[in-house]
Amino acid sequence: MALMVVKFDLKKRVKLAQTVWFMYWFAVLAGILVLSLGLFFKIELRKRSELMDNNESHFLPNLLIAMGLIACATNAFGGKVCYDSLDPTKFGKWKPMLKTFLVLCVGFNALLVITALLCFVMRIPLQFTLAEGLKNGMKYYKDTDTPGRCYMKRTLDLMQIEFRCCGNDNYRDWFEIQWVSNRYLDFSAKEVKDRIGSNVDGQYLMDGVPFSCCNPSSPRPCIQYQMTNNSAHYSYDHYTEELNVWRRGCRDALLSYYGGIMNTIGALVLLVTMLEVSVTVGLQYVDTSLSTLANPEDMESESEGFLLEKTVKETFTDIMAKMKVMGKGAKVEEGGEEGVASVS
Amino acid sequence: MVVMKMKFPFQKRVKLAQGLWLLSWCATVAGATTFTLGCLLKTELRRRAEVMDNTDIHIVPNTLMIVGLASLGINYFASKICQDALDAGRFPRWKNFLKPYFAVSCFFTVLMLLAVIMSYAMKGSLESSLKAGLRNGIRFYKDTDTPGRCFQKQNIDRLQMEFQCCGNNDFRDWFEVQWISNRYLDFSSKEVKDRIKSNVDGRYLVDGVPFSCCNPRSPRPCIQYRLTNNSAHYNYDYQTEELNIYLRGCREALVNYYMGLMNTIGAGVLSVFLLQASVLVSLRFLQTAMEAVAGKENTEIETEGYLLENGVKETMMEYLNPVLTFLLLKNQVQEGEETTPGPATT
Repeated sequence: MALMVVKFDLKKRVKLAQTVWFMYWFAVLAGILVLSLGLFFKIELRKRSELMDNNESHFLPNLLIAMGLIACATNAFGGKVCYDSLDPTKFGKWKPMLKTFLVLCVGFNALLVITALLCFVMRIPLQFTLAEGLKNGMKYYKDTDTPGRCYMKRTLDLMQIEFRCCGNDNYRDWFEIQWVSNRYLDFSAKEVKDRIGSNVDGQYLMDGVPFSCCNPSSPRPCIQYQMTNNSAHYSYDHYTEELNVWRRGCRDALLSYYGGIMNTIGALVLLVTMLEVSVTVGLQYVDTSLSTLANPEDMESESEGFLLEKTVKETFTDIMAKMKVMGKGAKVEEGGEEGVASVS
Repeated sequence: MVVMKMKFPFQKRVKLAQGLWLLSWCATVAGATTFTLGCLLKTELRRRAEVMDNTDIHIVPNTLMIVGLASLGINYFASKICQDALDAGRFPRWKNFLKPYFAVSCFFTVLMLLAVIMSYAMKGSLESSLKAGLRNGIRFYKDTDTPGRCFQKQNIDRLQMEFQCCGNNDFRDWFEVQWISNRYLDFSSKEVKDRIKSNVDGRYLVDGVPFSCCNPRSPRPCIQYRLTNNSAHYNYDYQTEELNIYLRGCREALVNYYMGLMNTIGAGVLSVFLLQASVLVSLRFLQTAMEAVAGKENTEIETEGYLLENGVKETMMEYLNPVLTFLLLKNQVQEGEETTPGPATT
């Protein structure tokens, strides 16, 4: 008993072939969409690769690009096959490879599902990459004269302004590193000497943040320096002040930004997978309906289309048996060689 | 004297009708594009409405939107007319419609050209509007507790960061205004009292700028306060420092931005104008060529098409006369009514 049998007359076969051909064109567009999503994600990662220490993983966007290209190719081929299916002579030359093609399509759809799952899962390694990269980025903020790091200040400032965040976890990260370059510190001044003397590494630490942390929505001019000193500023309380600087950390901000992109891409890839599964099913029906013609000479005779020739369980046992036979065949060859060797 | 006479054999007429039908559909799309461009420009102008003193400049996008909608209608009718043109039975019903149609179409086409010219001519008006708007914005920067002005600070800060500019003409505009609210000044401290006494209006003026003027490309942390005091900062020279804060004024930045936008849109609208004009000219030729065929037995004869039956001046008088007589007649009737009751009563 075949799985999901549907009876087809000529009209229905023609309609099926036309519908599946139409759907294949949508699937080609979907493949192009996946390709462009992969490219977009790759560009977004490269734009901020400085903040991720240049070792972010491009595995996911590369995979998306590859899947997009394969999808375009397979769907174009499938569309051509559907278009030719209405003409028996043309269809004849595609017939032998259809079964392999359908198996490949099933495999490709499984890969698409895995890609979609990866989109949701790859958030976790990205979190660690971002944390590490931002910490190092902040360390190099002051090195505007070191080749290779001279743009780190600009990158960090522009990022904090764009993503409305400050520091790694929060603004207090800036208190723990020296972000003012030694070139602009007057080492003869008492204040500078005190600060440098006050810690083990001899760094100029202060309770201040760069200007890019300032929040424009604050009703008062930005307080960047001496932030923890309430008496240094009139009518200022460090603990209750909320609007002065951005309170969110940049790791959270970037993670939610990239997480949003990956979630959207994952959802779209799932939709594309559903489309791919439906065109594969459609092609299977087209193929089977054309191979089970009641009267092979007469194109207008009735036929049956099915999803699987036997039930799911029987198909599964068939596949296992085939694989065992292939394995045994290899063993027989080895045994034969051994026999020959032992004889000689 | 007839203007631009051309001979039209049958085949040429057919080709003209077909070409015109295609052209009118292209012009419809172009008209929709003009409308979209007008909407785009209006949205961009409204986004910065807080730093503009008046809305005079909005006449440019408004005109573009009107012209875009009108050209949709004009080109729709053009395509309908040229579809019926080759059918001798259906063409005559358009006879009375065509004269006002051409008048209205010419008016809107000229309006399109006017919109492009205006977008260049109104640069001065835009600049003065921005000058006044930015001056007010900077003056009310500190009034974050006054209803109606509480978002000025946020708007000016975001504007300066986005357009990479500082102040109205340049950063020195901030030195002349008190941009720190009195709520955050300690009036018991000597420094505040000195500064307030040092000028006539009793304002707290500083030689400093808000943080939004800071340039991220500067190699050193931003110096916002005591900008003119070289000794207040280590290794700092006010005269030669270029990267510390943005040196460009916001008025210049905004004018450049909007003029760039309007130049691009103007170029697009100019090409739409040429397309529209060619549609109208072709339609006129088709109409005159087909009118000569009307009533004849053999519809495949060669006819002549022309642009204007009389000279340009005479045609204009022909169109303007009904309008003028309508207006003058109205005036005369009013005067007549006023004078007649007078003699009757006496």
